[in-house]
Amino acid sequence: MKKIVMGLAMALAATTALPAMAQDKVKACFVYVGSKTDGGWTQAHDLGRQQVEKELGDTVETAFVENVPEGPDAERAIERFARSGCDVVFTTSFGFMDATVAVAQKFPDVKFEHATGYKTADNLAAYNARFYEGRYIQGQIAAKMSKAGVAGYIASFPIPEVVMGINSFILGAQSVNPDFKLKVVWANTWFDAGKEADAAKVLIDQGVDIITQHTDSTGPMQVASERGIKAFGQASDMIKAGPETQLTAIIDTWGNYYVKRIKEVQDGSWKTGSIWDGLMEGILTMAPYTNMPDDVKKMAEETEAKIKSGELKPFTGPVKKQDGSEWLKQGENATDQVLSGLNFYVMGVDDKLPQ
Amino acid sequence: MGMAESILLTIATAATPLLIAAIGELVVERSGVLNLGVEGMMVMGAVCGFVAAALTGSPWLGVLCGILAGALFSLPFAFLTLNIATNQVATGLSLTLLGLGLSSMIGESFVGSPGVRLPNLFIPGLTELPLVGRLLFGQDPIFYLSILLVFAVTWFLFKTRTGLTLRSVGDNHASAHALGIPVIGYRYGAVLFGGACAGLAGAQLSLVYTPQWVENMTAGRGWIALALVVFASWRPLRVLAGAYLFGAVTIGQLHAQALGLGIPSQLLSSLPYLATIVVLVLISRNRRLTMINTPASLGRAFVPDR
Repeated sequence: MKKIVMGLAMALAATTALPAMAQDKVKACFVYVGSKTDGGWTQAHDLGRQQVEKELGDTVETAFVENVPEGPDAERAIERFARSGCDVVFTTSFGFMDATVAVAQKFPDVKFEHATGYKTADNLAAYNARFYEGRYIQGQIAAKMSKAGVAGYIASFPIPEVVMGINSFILGAQSVNPDFKLKVVWANTWFDAGKEADAAKVLIDQGVDIITQHTDSTGPMQVASERGIKAFGQASDMIKAGPETQLTAIIDTWGNYYVKRIKEVQDGSWKTGSIWDGLMEGILTMAPYTNMPDDVKKMAEETEAKIKSGELKPFTGPVKKQDGSEWLKQGENATDQVLSGLNFYVMGVDDKLPQ
Repeated sequence: MGMAESILLTIATAATPLLIAAIGELVVERSGVLNLGVEGMMVMGAVCGFVAAALTGSPWLGVLCGILAGALFSLPFAFLTLNIATNQVATGLSLTLLGLGLSSMIGESFVGSPGVRLPNLFIPGLTELPLVGRLLFGQDPIFYLSILLVFAVTWFLFKTRTGLTLRSVGDNHASAHALGIPVIGYRYGAVLFGGACAGLAGAQLSLVYTPQWVENMTAGRGWIALALVVFASWRPLRVLAGAYLFGAVTIGQLHAQALGLGIPSQLLSSLPYLATIVVLVLISRNRRLTMINTPASLGRAFVPDR
């Protein structure tokens, strides 16, 4: 009897071991918060996934699940992937952080990568992009292009990443026009075309002549083009929604990072870590500079080159907080730690930050 | 265009889809059927309206297709709940889920493509009037249709014999059946009308509000419409008031934010919901009147016993 049980156990071990031994195909799985055709955030991640399929071909198998709400459902979705033989799971929204941490604890042999968060573990890495670098360039362009001297900013939620973008935008603008002002409206949503469009109309009614957004739909771009003012795209190139309106857009380009990390899983060199790359590494790129005079375009390209080379860092002193107190001294750079928890405005923002 | 005028126009655009979808659902519920699929039918109207307009270049055809899509999409719900008496809540919910999924499939290749806007009315002389010109004589046709719908439905429900019969079906389907009224037939009509309205509301989103297709672009407006019907205690004019109040507070709070008044934006964002509920509950606090207006058979399956 004992022998039979042993035999069975060995047979079982052999069958379960087999796929692991024949594992030249790495399975990479992606958890999306939106749909892959949202025209913004999730689409950018899915383009990254497609790049993985294209570049790594037969050595990789990808899978994805869309429209996963942040919360308990997220943990279920991530856990299902971990159970179904994924070697590495990318969870692509800030709100998936705790769910990813929980699942990573249960599945030590599966590797996890969480976008835009800060928690890591032995099998959980975090990756993020310095979107604010692009916003600095946008701020400069806005200050050059605006006749009113005031831009409108449609924001989603008061989390550090968004606050960082607002601050970087106004710092860029003030580097061109020290008196430049910024009006902020919180839509309290990432994705509601109608509401974002309403916010844009309201801002334009209040006199702004440049619109920028940290929400994901093309609604604001469309309102801007109807009202004949300029705007910036977000997360994906939105030029189709405003061919004569978009000045540039911050495009998330996750593909290179995904390819690199999956290759590391394949050759066994994958290590946990936390990366925060920027224009320099190419994790974000700027859409072509359009609908602006040549001198503005030239300025934008020069700034982009300076940020890429590391010569220019958007958060460099002297910078004052909104209340007038000093934040960064002459020549001082903000540390990543301060930035990733940023919860105050710099001077020039015409809004009170929701706490 | 002055600022006040511009604000009022923005409010009208924001309120119109809620109003149309809610008026449709009001008729459905007055017939005794609870269709929680408004969001699904609305999003189907939005995608079909957009696709039809983008393919043919005619926004009018888009509106027509949106209406048809909403009505067609309500048919499976009607069949399931009326003919084989499935649970209305569950069936309605699945209609919403199906609509959201199906619409993103249909619209996949249209994300980001340029939309066609339904042209605004223009009457020389009248539209150029200061302050009220654009508001009264220069909006899109769906706006006028929505106002017309409110009064037409009020008249139909309370001034016509068919409307009376429809309400009686919603109040007591067994008695109505015993009197020889075709209960199922009336309810089919109501559900189809509700679907058509939801479809029209969706088409307003993708052809007027933001002339484009983005997935899940209804963003919960179907649910707000549903809530409006209940809080307005099934009375069309109160639905009109509720939809415009909701729109006004939504736009008002955005203006308060842009002015930098320093009020917490989370509070401001919840104001439209709070204000609408409070006001509609206040005006509906006459319990007897509310009881009279509540369709007594609402949500109950009708199985004729002979």
